[in-house]
Amino acid sequence: MDKIKRIYVWEIPVRFYHWLNMFCIIVLVITGYFIGSPPAIQHGAEAYFNYWFGINRFIHFLFAYIFFFNFLLRIYWAFAGNEFSRWNNFLPLKKSQWKEVIEVLKVDILQLRTWSFESRGHNALASATYFIMFLAFLLQCLTGFGMYAAMSTSWFPRLFAWFIPLVGGDMAARHIHHILMWVFILFAIVHVYLVYYHDYVERTGEASSMISGWKFVNNKD
Amino acid sequence: MYEEIIEKGYSRRDFLRFCGMMGAFLGLEYSGVGQIVKAMETKTRIPVIWLHFQECTCCSESFIRSSHPIVADILLDKVSLDYTETLMAAAGYQAEENLHNTMEKYKGEYLLMVEGSIPVKNKAYCCIGGRTAYDILKEAVEGAKGIIAWGNCAVSGCVQGASPNPTGATPVHKLVRGKPIINVQGCPPIAEVMAGVVVYLLTFDRFPELDGLGRPKAFFSRRVHDTCYRRPNFDAGLFVETFDDENARKGYCLYKMGCRGPVTYNSCGVIRWNNGTSFPIQSGHPCIGCSEANFWDNGPFYKHLASFPGFGIETTADDIGLAVGAVTVAGIAAHAIATNIRKRKMIREGIIHPEEDND
Repeated sequence: MDKIKRIYVWEIPVRFYHWLNMFCIIVLVITGYFIGSPPAIQHGAEAYFNYWFGINRFIHFLFAYIFFFNFLLRIYWAFAGNEFSRWNNFLPLKKSQWKEVIEVLKVDILQLRTWSFESRGHNALASATYFIMFLAFLLQCLTGFGMYAAMSTSWFPRLFAWFIPLVGGDMAARHIHHILMWVFILFAIVHVYLVYYHDYVERTGEASSMISGWKFVNNKD
Repeated sequence: MYEEIIEKGYSRRDFLRFCGMMGAFLGLEYSGVGQIVKAMETKTRIPVIWLHFQECTCCSESFIRSSHPIVADILLDKVSLDYTETLMAAAGYQAEENLHNTMEKYKGEYLLMVEGSIPVKNKAYCCIGGRTAYDILKEAVEGAKGIIAWGNCAVSGCVQGASPNPTGATPVHKLVRGKPIINVQGCPPIAEVMAGVVVYLLTFDRFPELDGLGRPKAFFSRRVHDTCYRRPNFDAGLFVETFDDENARKGYCLYKMGCRGPVTYNSCGVIRWNNGTSFPIQSGHPCIGCSEANFWDNGPFYKHLASFPGFGIETTADDIGLAVGAVTVAGIAAHAIATNIRKRKMIREGIIHPEEDND
């Protein structure tokens, strides 16, 4: 019997979502930052010669749509996918999940033990973090499309227009939207580091699993 | 009403011009102008009580200085302005009597217009005739057909409601339940907007279409940004960097100077101020968002991003984001060093730890 077993963890929709989401967030953060703080690219010509800021905003809105529908795909897959991508992984409702969160904190962050905690899908702490990120995604969509509704003639952004009065107007919505951008950036830094870290110490193929879908775990049978 | 206007010395042409102007401001179709004309010719006066609470009277000032003289006349003559502290001739007991007579005589019919916020932390901060603003409002609301909240004070507290809000200044819509309210935003609202709302009520006997915040859609459905004549500069990425630079002279977009145009709903860019003379952006100053809630607290005015709450003035989300980012990277570096020490230990002790198999 082999000591190491291969398991298929991340199905194609999950991997597709992950990478498209990453690409969207990169584009949205860059274009969004420019919207928040436009660089001084002055060309000295009349305004009608150029439209770069308008194009920047267009790209932001375009990728917002992709981001949103990709997000819907992931929510759908939380109900249709395998055990590792199911919705109940992300809600820390069970006691065992909280126990695992503490375990993960002990091993990964405090480094109290040398061996690693082994989780096949997401570990409980990661799942809970992703759940918070999903809420941030939702809030980002609500504030983003809510603000966009004012300048769009399409019916779709209007579905979000009700949200803006709840937060107290466009200025507040823009502020929330901007702060969440930083949340995404900080998440990305920690996320990428932790993937490296797990791959580095756990020997389960953590990093490549989001490309191939396979992870390697110790065979207990 | 029409006779009175003619008596005042306006010609039929003046009158029709006024009606046409109002129809245009309200975004009515052509037949709507006819309806305004008819209403102004035939309708009886609406009894109005205009209350002044914590405010500076700039809303009244704005209204009576509207571009068309008939607008001021509507207020002063055409609506039966039975009580308004600023403009009425009566004073003292007489004034109070007027107020009560109107409230009794026109119970359920009069229109209540409120200018200013109401203190609730200590109600004594605003007393008129020995009674608190809160009591007066409560009593006046009882028999009102509807309420118009004039200006930022009455709609969202304005400067009195700004942090730390010592008087507990509260807007009308938070204190009144079960009565229709029109929120006419702005500090002050544009005169023509105020007149437009009154003309609409006179003509159609119903409230204009309101948005999610209770503001008339005809005037507050578009952002200043969307009707700004400097907008092409925004889309071309041409921004004023400082107030005295070449770009400011060229009339580039004031976005980076903290312009609130993109987050402010008003019709300054279309109707403009003082007889259509200008509006802040046209005069080279960014919009400060005076028709939005909390605009005093969304400062600084000349910064595009609001200060981050709890970190002192002039600290934006960007500053904090960068600081947290730096701390995160430092944490990661420390963690990575610890991990390497640990990994070396793991290799030294043999790759498979006995306890790992129990996992």
